[in-house]
Amino acid sequence: MSTTMTITPEPATSDGIGDKPVLRVRDLQVTFTRAGKRIRAAKGVSFNVRPGKMLAIIGESGSGKSVTVRALMGLLPPSAKVAGSADLDGQELVGLSDRKMRLVRGQEISMVFQDPARSLNPTMSVGAQIVESVRTHRTVGRKEAAERAIELLKLVRLPAPEKRFHQYPHQLSGGMRQRVMIAIALASDPKVLIADEATTALDVTTQAQIMELLVDLRERLGTAVIMISHDLGLAASYADEVLVMYAGQVVEQAETSELFANVRMPYTRALLEAIPQVSRPSHSALTVIGGHPPDPSQRIEGCPFRPRCVRATETCVTAPALLEHDAGHWYACWHPVTGDPREETES
Amino acid sequence: MSEPLLSVRNIVQEFESRGPGGVKEGVVHAVSDISFDLMPGETLGIVGETGSGKSTLARAVIQVDRPKSGSVVFRGEDLTGLSRKELKKVWSNFQMVYQDPFSSLNPRWRIEDVVAEPLDSHRSLSRQERRAKVRELLDLVGLDPDTYLRRRPMELSGGQAQRVAIARAIALDPAVIICDEAISSLDVLIQAQVINLFEKLRVELGLSYLFIAHDLATVKQVSDRVAVLYLGQLAEIAPSDRMYETPRHPYTRALLDSVPGLDPETGVAKRPITLPGDVPSPLDPPSGCRFRTRCPFAQEICAAVEPKLEPCSGGGFVACHFPLDDDGLPTNGHPEGAKAAMPA
Repeated sequence: MSTTMTITPEPATSDGIGDKPVLRVRDLQVTFTRAGKRIRAAKGVSFNVRPGKMLAIIGESGSGKSVTVRALMGLLPPSAKVAGSADLDGQELVGLSDRKMRLVRGQEISMVFQDPARSLNPTMSVGAQIVESVRTHRTVGRKEAAERAIELLKLVRLPAPEKRFHQYPHQLSGGMRQRVMIAIALASDPKVLIADEATTALDVTTQAQIMELLVDLRERLGTAVIMISHDLGLAASYADEVLVMYAGQVVEQAETSELFANVRMPYTRALLEAIPQVSRPSHSALTVIGGHPPDPSQRIEGCPFRPRCVRATETCVTAPALLEHDAGHWYACWHPVTGDPREETES
Repeated sequence: MSEPLLSVRNIVQEFESRGPGGVKEGVVHAVSDISFDLMPGETLGIVGETGSGKSTLARAVIQVDRPKSGSVVFRGEDLTGLSRKELKKVWSNFQMVYQDPFSSLNPRWRIEDVVAEPLDSHRSLSRQERRAKVRELLDLVGLDPDTYLRRRPMELSGGQAQRVAIARAIALDPAVIICDEAISSLDVLIQAQVINLFEKLRVELGLSYLFIAHDLATVKQVSDRVAVLYLGQLAEIAPSDRMYETPRHPYTRALLDSVPGLDPETGVAKRPITLPGDVPSPLDPPSGCRFRTRCPFAQEICAAVEPKLEPCSGGGFVACHFPLDDDGLPTNGHPEGAKAAMPA
């Protein structure tokens, strides 16, 4: 099938032992059946996550970014069919039974969600919830678990951890709650931490605090972090590597500085031009593209971005493969942006 | 200089907070003594963290929740003195667009009826006139009337639903549109489309906006002037270009520093600088300047004396004892500013 890609991106750099990926995702496919229609939510997603590094997965709603990580966590409904491979430090996650998945989830790979208020139990103190998480994954006594909980609260830099331990979620601010969620997620020293829009609901000032914390934890604990976001600026500021998804496919992928310095995929370019910039004067019109992402229940011929792309030609009816065109820079496009603004306007 | 469309003076809004069992806990100082003008055709951005009083201020301005004290003069008429009945007439001049379009559109109604609802209650139109008006409004917000008239909200995407909400908001030719985080939940590409739509309507219909958002870059994009709120008070209000280039209030500066930036041309990212700490409780705001507990330049006077909103260099007003200069250093004899000014 033309839309399926089986290309395997490998990181071009290998500057030491720490570079061995802790998670290798290969050709991950997620399919739902809804009202008799087959919905392909993820179509051949491949990536690596290395210890102590942060990978950002960027895309609009419906691009398949959340479905991809939920498939890794085994959090999709039973109606979802997952194929492909996800190797977490030697263990295959795709096709794992519920019982076995439960040992991996929260233990080896854990997740922080967008809304900390809805993820925490309002009737339990913060401390009790962390203790619960600690004791689920380890056989330790109550006292030891409580000590570990305080330690975790200190790790996520929650002010006055001994006091907060006894408080309830409603007594904490949004940022503090998200710190508690991160503490719970870290209770078992996971190898991979997934932050799914973890700062989207927070204020800019709090967002910066939480991102700093994630970056710091990644370095200190060597945890691999996958951040899911729609915010390019956030990804550019914090992630080591960026993966751009569109209509269930990876369309561009590179190390952060390389990707944003040399954007190749017209879709990524369009995203970049649509974000308001603090540096731009007021009332300047934003460059927008029309149309919508394709309906996931329809079969797409060729490049999924073709109907909205200004550079599209007849060639694009054939799906471009995700290839490493420049060293470490992967993209799926027949007519990549060259980066020369003069050429852009003339062509 | 033309007359302001809306003059807000010394608005105070306070709520009683009750703890478990209905025990009186204290008073939430949601909005404390805020004044500003809104000119015809002007967009005033309102920014601040959660709980800074942005939405409360907007609701107090249009008298949805009557403010404790202060006055709101709209076209020469003080709204605070009006009865509920009189207010209803004035309200057709103010329309709100909220964050989640789906929760503000009746899911059972067809788009035609959703958009026509304000017309039905404020104008008496014939069937044909009503349909013609709705078609015109949908056209104006960039939705094809033939396709969308008969649809229901659940058949729309988020961006389309927000366009419908905007069509309804402009149905009665309002003077002011209040956008309360109106684009925060939309995807980047849709967000840009809706921002451009707001701009188009501003130019074509001569609308004024109160644009409430927590995203500073978006606010810069649409606003002529920006008001920065902290714990229910104005920290700074100024023309947006000046404010973003040379913020005078340390809080404005901190907010701008925490925005992750990305230069679309070079691809170089600007890593945010974090402002430590949380916003104090509005039940018991700090004495003097409310920002002093998190301010890197706070001095003794900041705890003792509440700074007044004063004109500052380059235009606008700032409430700070040591407003920042063009180099971001505190002035008015602040030790750090004085140190930097000394020849080495």
